[in-house]
Amino acid sequence: MKALSRLYAFLVFLFLYAPIAVLVVFSFNDSATKSRSVWSGFSLRWYQRLFGDRMLLDALSNTLLIAVAAAVAATVLGTAAAIGINGMNRWAKRFVMNVTNFPMVNPDIVTGVSLMLLFVFASRFLGNSLGMASLILAHITFCLPYVILSVMPKLRQMDPNLYEAAQDLGCNPFSAFFRVVLPEVLPGVVTGLIMAFTLSIDDFVISYFTSGTTQTLPIFIYSMTRKRVSPEINALSTLLFGAILALLLVINVRLSRDKKPGKAETGGIGI
Amino acid sequence: MKRTIAALLVFALLTAFEPAVQAAQTGREASAAPSGVTINVYNWGEYIANGEDGSMDVNAEFTRRTGIGVNYTTFEDNESMYSKIVSGGASYDVIFPSDYMISRMIAERLVQKLDFRNVPNAGYIDKAYRNLQYDPKNEYSVPYAWGVVGIFYNKKYVKEPVNSWSILWNEKYAGKILMFDNPRDAFGIAQKLLGYSFNSTDPREWDSAAALLEEQKPLVQAYVMDQIFDKMSSGEAWLAPYYAGDAATLVDENPDIGFAVPTKEGTNFFVDAMCVPSSAKHKKEAEAYINFLCDPEVAAANMDYVGYSTPESAAKKLLPKETQENPLYYPPKAIVDKSEVYVNLPQDISLRIDSLWAQVKMGGAGQSGTLVAVLAGFLLVYIGIVVCKKIKRRRELR
Repeated sequence: MKALSRLYAFLVFLFLYAPIAVLVVFSFNDSATKSRSVWSGFSLRWYQRLFGDRMLLDALSNTLLIAVAAAVAATVLGTAAAIGINGMNRWAKRFVMNVTNFPMVNPDIVTGVSLMLLFVFASRFLGNSLGMASLILAHITFCLPYVILSVMPKLRQMDPNLYEAAQDLGCNPFSAFFRVVLPEVLPGVVTGLIMAFTLSIDDFVISYFTSGTTQTLPIFIYSMTRKRVSPEINALSTLLFGAILALLLVINVRLSRDKKPGKAETGGIGI
Repeated sequence: MKRTIAALLVFALLTAFEPAVQAAQTGREASAAPSGVTINVYNWGEYIANGEDGSMDVNAEFTRRTGIGVNYTTFEDNESMYSKIVSGGASYDVIFPSDYMISRMIAERLVQKLDFRNVPNAGYIDKAYRNLQYDPKNEYSVPYAWGVVGIFYNKKYVKEPVNSWSILWNEKYAGKILMFDNPRDAFGIAQKLLGYSFNSTDPREWDSAAALLEEQKPLVQAYVMDQIFDKMSSGEAWLAPYYAGDAATLVDENPDIGFAVPTKEGTNFFVDAMCVPSSAKHKKEAEAYINFLCDPEVAAANMDYVGYSTPESAAKKLLPKETQENPLYYPPKAIVDKSEVYVNLPQDISLRIDSLWAQVKMGGAGQSGTLVAVLAGFLLVYIGIVVCKKIKRRRELR
């Protein structure tokens, strides 16, 4: 029985990770003709090419710029929103949480198309066509609920009297927030930030509709599919996979550290 | 008081971001364009020489010579390019649609007439590629590349001569045949086999082409586009129709692979051309870009990298000898004469094609009925669960 369950777990992981393993292996393929199926020796040629491809690097830098901007903005807005929501009465809280959760269950394509229509409409008045700005706004929009969702539990855990105590001890509302509330919820804030960042890098559908004349990495890769996706993309995907894996590890370590009793209340500030 | 502060904070945040973003954008543009103008170019993916393998970095060269910056982005098929232009979300200056899409965009006034005084190099374009059906007076487009559709086959397994589309219906190769995953190209093959025109407006002809494709379906391994490269070179599939421009990479990779254009029925001859959308903001610069790409030296560099065929004899002469004489790139006149271009079809026909194609791929009619039933089932179960939870929660609250 145990062997059977081990086999089952093994199969699950095999199907999950085999495609990624193939992708990583073929990023080292020494093939002059961009083959993705015939192995012809080890080389770092595609990694070398990757850093010489201006179009690809442009797309990558767009993606990273958007991800950083959107993650930071969504985290600031989301944390503020979470604190506001936490102070509401029960019914208002439930209503607002439902409203903010809605974009998460909404299919990406609906979000994407509706945002595009909004931006096209707005650009008529602002005279600005779609591009970097609209992409960042769109990414903030879909990252926001995730940030709120990861900050809320921390706020609920916090003793509401702490804020008042801080004020009693001479803090004004601002310094009470930055000195007491923020350090208390910081683990949730950082998790939200990392989550927003990875989600933003991942996104294809919403970016596809709101990108205007700016190209992000996923869109660039997708546009190669009539000819053939170059192994440069394998190399880049390998690097990205490694980076995202590292981020996920950080999140998970943090989560498991928070769960340990006692430590979470005092030592949850550092990464 | 608190609310005004919050509102001010939000406002400050938004305004703080906007200039930063704009600065980032203009920063990049400024470095590319001393003259301050940057044109937006929208081309097929992997369809221009980019400096790899010692080729010319065409966009950088254009900026170097003219001072005009190029914001170069790419699309994967005509339809997605079309929807982007139609949606009004992006203002492009140069686009590269294919033949039938050009005629559609002309009809819908999405592209504008070119001022050929600004495109003197268009004179290099050979007569054979001017005034084609999709742009009869040659006012809107300048050809960029062309090619024909043919059949890739694995010489190890396919011994008979490949000269007719009917080989894709041969049961001997069941499970080893690949087919196009787009309706126009897939139907085209069936139409040629039946002796029809690609641009037929007779719905019955489309119906019988669909019937032929359904007949072929059990023999087809998969409907694919770029995956044919991997499937053919690894020997997983033996027969696949595709665009001749991509032949060289496949043949280089695996000497067992051959390419033939079915001479019996004729084939599709396609042209990708450069146009300026009506919404373009920099028409003059766009024309300068088109003119630059028509420079025989640039055109040759592009085609040498991309693998498709140039419509300029002057550019062809600059290509390596083997390429010029290779029938893969420059098929004999007899083949070209027997081939046909796609033109845009009336609305009712294209709608019919879409539904016929869905039918072919999903395998027979009646599928949509089951699909609706399954979705409705899911919805019911979902609503049931939600309602149950609601009731439970309400009880707990009491």
